[in-house]
Amino acid sequence: MKQLHELTIAEVHEGYRKGDFTCVDLVRHFLNRIEKYNPKLNIFLALNDQALIQAVAVDREIAEKGITRDLLGIPMAIKDNFLTIGISTTASSNILKGFMPQYESSVTGKLLAAGAIFLGKTNMDSFAHGSSTETSDFGPTLNPWNTKRLPGGSSGGSAAAISAQLATAALGSETAGSIRQPAAWCGVTGFKPSYGRASRYGVIAMASSTDSPGPLARTITDTALITKVVSGRDPLDATTSPKEVENYPQLLGKKDLSGVKIGLVKEYLLPTMREDVKQLILDAADKLRSLGATVEEVSLMDPKYAIGTYAVISRSEISSNLARFDGIRYGNKRDTFCPETKRRILLGTYTLSAGYYDAYYKKAEAIRTKMIDQFAEIFKTYDAVIGAVSPGPALLVGATKNQPMFGEMEDVLLEQSSIAGLTSASVPCGFVDSLPIGLQITCNQFQEKKALMIADCYQQNTNFNLFPDLNITL
Amino acid sequence: MHKVIVTPEEVKKIAKLAYLKLADSEVELFAGQFTETVDVINQLNEIDTSEVAATYQVTGLSNITREDIVDTTRILPQETALREAIQTHEGFFVVPRII
Repeated sequence: MKQLHELTIAEVHEGYRKGDFTCVDLVRHFLNRIEKYNPKLNIFLALNDQALIQAVAVDREIAEKGITRDLLGIPMAIKDNFLTIGISTTASSNILKGFMPQYESSVTGKLLAAGAIFLGKTNMDSFAHGSSTETSDFGPTLNPWNTKRLPGGSSGGSAAAISAQLATAALGSETAGSIRQPAAWCGVTGFKPSYGRASRYGVIAMASSTDSPGPLARTITDTALITKVVSGRDPLDATTSPKEVENYPQLLGKKDLSGVKIGLVKEYLLPTMREDVKQLILDAADKLRSLGATVEEVSLMDPKYAIGTYAVISRSEISSNLARFDGIRYGNKRDTFCPETKRRILLGTYTLSAGYYDAYYKKAEAIRTKMIDQFAEIFKTYDAVIGAVSPGPALLVGATKNQPMFGEMEDVLLEQSSIAGLTSASVPCGFVDSLPIGLQITCNQFQEKKALMIADCYQQNTNFNLFPDLNITL
Repeated sequence: MHKVIVTPEEVKKIAKLAYLKLADSEVELFAGQFTETVDVINQLNEIDTSEVAATYQVTGLSNITREDIVDTTRILPQETALREAIQTHEGFFVVPRII
């Protein structure tokens, strides 16, 4: 029999229906695990002191009305850049240390309306500036598979919360790779909806033209349900799409992939990539073929150009977005920004300044057009493209030292899809050195159902969805 | 493409524009790292974009407007709005003197 922390959303609901356990039991179980493991892993920065009270209300609701809401009584871990009333929100920064939001982000509001219970807020790279959680002002999160290693980032705390089984599901956000890369390094499932699918309102901004909230969870099925809940037009975010949100979970469960055409991106098998990592991606391609898909090599722009393009676009937008932190209406003074944040603000100020705007910012935005065109051409023929999420497994704690472009370098295989606003899943596809490796399955903008359907079929037919035994790894 | 060297003086100027105070050690460090980063960015010049328009946003949406009506449910009570400020005075934010 599975333990309470090993259950998917559907299994939790089944347990509630059958009366096997209550929501109070489940929340208490997770809070006990957090108390036990968090001091070592540094995943949660703040806990929701109302969680048990909310669980009591959920149990009462279930007794009276049954389960009528999608996420009723589902304990979740929330990345610390979502504004949450009643739970401190800092984006892992000293400048916002102790900040208590005055309003709720649209996405967390939707989760609450669907019945979710927030256990607490998770560590991240400070202001999401990084791919390690090592730039957090509150210390790095450690990887539950191996505590000498980083969980990835910026949604590293949310990914580690799933891997360490300290929550049933988690919320993260991507600017370029910040859901998929930590999901890969921690061996969990992450899903990046298209830009404009889920609202950015109340998410502490990084790069407003690519920021995309999305879930991390135990399975693609769970990410599909959460994506359905958080998606949709929001009058408070003018960039959200009016396109109808499909019932993603209902579109899953395909037995095979016959008729599906997948492109294996040649350039994503980097020359510098370890052979055993490459082999796992080629194995994944074979697996997809054996499920009935056609998989052929396709070609995209050399991803090395994505590093510079993304650096200019994101840092320019960062310099503008973080100008609001003036230490007057809220927060501390600007000198409390961490070095990585300062570095990004400064470079963005430089690329937007007179004389450099055309050479850098406009140039990067023109290359963005080229990337979009290349994807558009590929998606005329193919339903999805695949590749590794990250060039290798989780790196050691300390890896970011003296690496002023660590984040951009680590997300080299994810930046193009983020810059183009596409949707993409990250699913575990094997292990090297006992560390998980992730496969990205990327589809055209607003083709969430395709990405989820392919990723679900792959996940249902592979056995890489494993969780570390913390009694051994810690 | 010639190598662009970012000098400590330039870093100081940018820091002023960004309203950031930097320690001398940071100025030196950032100047070196900037030079490294600009090197990576300058690789973009290898790509011909002479006939490509820039894309600033990818939604395909334009001129999204709303009715010009105040949503009273979203108005913060004064006490809440001021709650997180370091310094307030009789219901106002206190700002640093600028002139």
